[in-house]
Amino acid sequence: MLIILQLILFIVAAPFLSGLISKVKNNIRMRKGQSVLQPYYNLAKLFLKREVVSETASWIFKATPFVVLAAMLVAAVLIPVFILRSPLNHAGDFLALIFIFSLGRFFLVLSALDTGSSFGGMGGSREMFISSLLEPALCMAVFAVSLQFGSTDILAFSGMHAISVSSVVAALTLFLVAIAETSRIPVDNQETHLELTMIHEAMVLEYSGRSLALIELSSHIKQMILFFLIAQIIFPIGLPACLVGGSFCTSFMQIFLWVLWYLLRIIIIAIAVALVEISVAKMRLFRAADFLGLAFVLGVIASVCAILGV
Amino acid sequence: MSDFLPKQFFQFDPLSLFFLFVIFIVSLPSAIYSFSYLKGEYSPAKIRLSWFLLTIFVFSMALVVSVNNALVFLVFWEIMSLASYFLVVFDTDHEKSIQAGMIYIVMTHIGTAFLIAALMLMYKHANSFDFSAIKSACQVMPGKTKNIIFLLLLAGFGTKAGIVPLHIWLPYAHPQAPSHISSIMSGVMIKTALYGIIRFVIYILGVQAYWWGILLLILAGITCLVGIIYALMVRDIKRLLAYSSVENIGIILLGIGMAMLFQSINMPYLAVFSLIAGLYHLVNHAIFKGLLFLGAGSVYKACGTRDMEKLGGLIKNMPQTAVCFLIGAMAISALPPFNGFVSEWLILQAFFLGAVNATGGIKVFLVICAAVLALTSGLAAACFVKAFGITFLALPRSRYAEEAREVPLMMRMSMFFLSLLVIVFGLACVKIIKILVQVAGSVMSVDISSMHFSLNNFVLSPQSGKNIYFSTPLLGLMLLVLGLAGFVVYRLFGKNKAVIYKTWDCGYYKIGPRNEYTATAFSKPFRIAFGFFLLPYRKTQKIRESFYHVKSFVYETHTTPVFKLYIYEPLLELVFKVAKSVRRMQLGSIHLYLGYIFITIVLLIVFIQKF
Repeated sequence: MLIILQLILFIVAAPFLSGLISKVKNNIRMRKGQSVLQPYYNLAKLFLKREVVSETASWIFKATPFVVLAAMLVAAVLIPVFILRSPLNHAGDFLALIFIFSLGRFFLVLSALDTGSSFGGMGGSREMFISSLLEPALCMAVFAVSLQFGSTDILAFSGMHAISVSSVVAALTLFLVAIAETSRIPVDNQETHLELTMIHEAMVLEYSGRSLALIELSSHIKQMILFFLIAQIIFPIGLPACLVGGSFCTSFMQIFLWVLWYLLRIIIIAIAVALVEISVAKMRLFRAADFLGLAFVLGVIASVCAILGV
Repeated sequence: MSDFLPKQFFQFDPLSLFFLFVIFIVSLPSAIYSFSYLKGEYSPAKIRLSWFLLTIFVFSMALVVSVNNALVFLVFWEIMSLASYFLVVFDTDHEKSIQAGMIYIVMTHIGTAFLIAALMLMYKHANSFDFSAIKSACQVMPGKTKNIIFLLLLAGFGTKAGIVPLHIWLPYAHPQAPSHISSIMSGVMIKTALYGIIRFVIYILGVQAYWWGILLLILAGITCLVGIIYALMVRDIKRLLAYSSVENIGIILLGIGMAMLFQSINMPYLAVFSLIAGLYHLVNHAIFKGLLFLGAGSVYKACGTRDMEKLGGLIKNMPQTAVCFLIGAMAISALPPFNGFVSEWLILQAFFLGAVNATGGIKVFLVICAAVLALTSGLAAACFVKAFGITFLALPRSRYAEEAREVPLMMRMSMFFLSLLVIVFGLACVKIIKILVQVAGSVMSVDISSMHFSLNNFVLSPQSGKNIYFSTPLLGLMLLVLGLAGFVVYRLFGKNKAVIYKTWDCGYYKIGPRNEYTATAFSKPFRIAFGFFLLPYRKTQKIRESFYHVKSFVYETHTTPVFKLYIYEPLLELVFKVAKSVRRMQLGSIHLYLGYIFITIVLLIVFIQKF
């Protein structure tokens, strides 16, 4: 029951974050900017539109939106938001999460190649390049957090109640990973459709209508998961007593406040991402390797700190 | 000397049985596959020859892993190498095959020379070739000798396994053999070298110093990265798979190296766990690499080329082969819920548990190793996206690919069987781990009764205490249910009437295969990022009609084969130089030669007396 609530929360709240980031960016640039709810409008619009499918495409192209969505939803179910231990998050641990993300990406890149457009190939190639260099950084961040807990169990997040050097550095690593994974400046730019610079947008260029809506929704969910992980590390907070046992809370007010607090932390991270986005310039693609190298080094530092116990 | 040739040659302990299982699970479908694969490609006489060689090859491998006598082991090892050599040069009309065979046979014999040296040293101490006798002799062996034997064994088996920098033969020999042989060579034959390492180093010799494990881990890490980076660069699909075998051998060795490390620092549970992880990846790699090679063979059979730049769009003409290849590609990229995911997860988990439970600098070392593995698996995903995407998706890039037809049923059946195994080994991981616990426990002689694995709850040992939850069936089920839920929502908005239209071409002209991204283009970012190692260079040439008019333009990119250029070629030159100077001894006088023989005998007598 709570798991379904968690799933719905992720689906409903995820687009809001993207809207918020774009709003903050625009306001700082002294623009009015689109409404915070714009991503919802976009999704609604796309859901009602007819789809155009390339004649070159095979079943991979049609299946990809569902695979990507399923992967992201599984990730959303695995992480403990409201409930410490549900039967469903027995399915995997933290390390499994890395591979689940890569399942979605694998299909997205295949679908990009499927249409035979050189944009797709270009986007797919670059996405694979960035994400494969990102994987060690993500792995190191996961290790750093789990080392403090002593197990890669997904509970590692909820088990932490104190901020240490290691978790701050791990959070920073995850922050860099999140920026690259959610295709934001300085690695990629969501706002541009300039052929030679886009990465993620080039990959999904051939999608339209409902399929595009599903893919965008998955991207929003992925972003929210990553932000949630960062928030959980840097603002560690235990679960309310009534939820620890897995039983229902008697007062819904309490749950409501809890949800609010969860979202507030994620919003803080989202604002931080927006601030980063407006204060740096986009890198050339091959400079991005340096950026990812930095993320990796930070991840190693985080792990070493965790080993040293600081 | 009494038991120089014992009556009892065989032993079937859990390790041998495990390897026998691996050998037959891949050889069987490959053999069935070859019925259709060979038909039409070769003459009937040649097909009969191939069956003869295949039988010898498979049975020599089976015997290699089940004998209990070092001398007999060497004999079958050599038969295996020779049989596989003849299979590599099976396409005798190809210049490339002869060359590949040459490199292979030279390298494999260098490896065997190291093995002979190691086994002779063992014999000297044990006075017997029997495994159990050597094992008991090794317990009282001086440490220095053990170190030397370990290094010799590592070099010997490393050559066969393809540990960098001894991997040089593998990307030549494996693609050149007929595809079902490639599948057996990559899937199984190189695993016999890992059997050798486990049998001789862990089981017989016993891990003595912790630097053995560290050395193996470093070599394995390098092997992983070098293998996968080269795999990303090549455009020949079978060569790509061969390089990826180098990478996967690295991953398996990470597990085995870790097992050695943990054993030497007295953490038996983790040692068993790491060995399980390594063995699990070993059987997984045998299955999915076998499958991928058979898939590549089908592509070759249908299109007559292995060059990915000439393929494309095969998913429409060969849908079943495409699905099988996709399953293999997903498994090798460690995507849930397939088998590669389970074993890479296990190895990462072993690294993690090591980092939690070990002491001192080893913790940091293990964490770095885990990062190497993560990078490898990221690159592997990129590599196999390329392999599948360029070969099977988009528009065909040549007439061959356009006219491709689905391969005969017999070939598809073999691939279906292996695809099914990929899924079974992914979903039934707990059952398989329970079997592997027995194998690893018997190799390490550790009491494994307290290691507990249930469906989604891995309890490793009393040491680590905390449960880890992991369940591929549940994960697979969740993926399926949530994917279907997405589909239902998709359909709730009414039936989707998709418009079929051209791919976006920027409004210029109809795009064709020439506009597609190629394999070389796909790997370009990696070529630049790893430029410090690959040393890419390009050749450009203008073909002019006159001074003013350039008729065409030739553009090639290459990467520098670092190992060949900086290690093997200087070595080869040295060998030739030495050979030339030795020639001065050879004057053609029979008296002189008799003199040489006499001097040799005297030296040998002195040697025997002295040592």
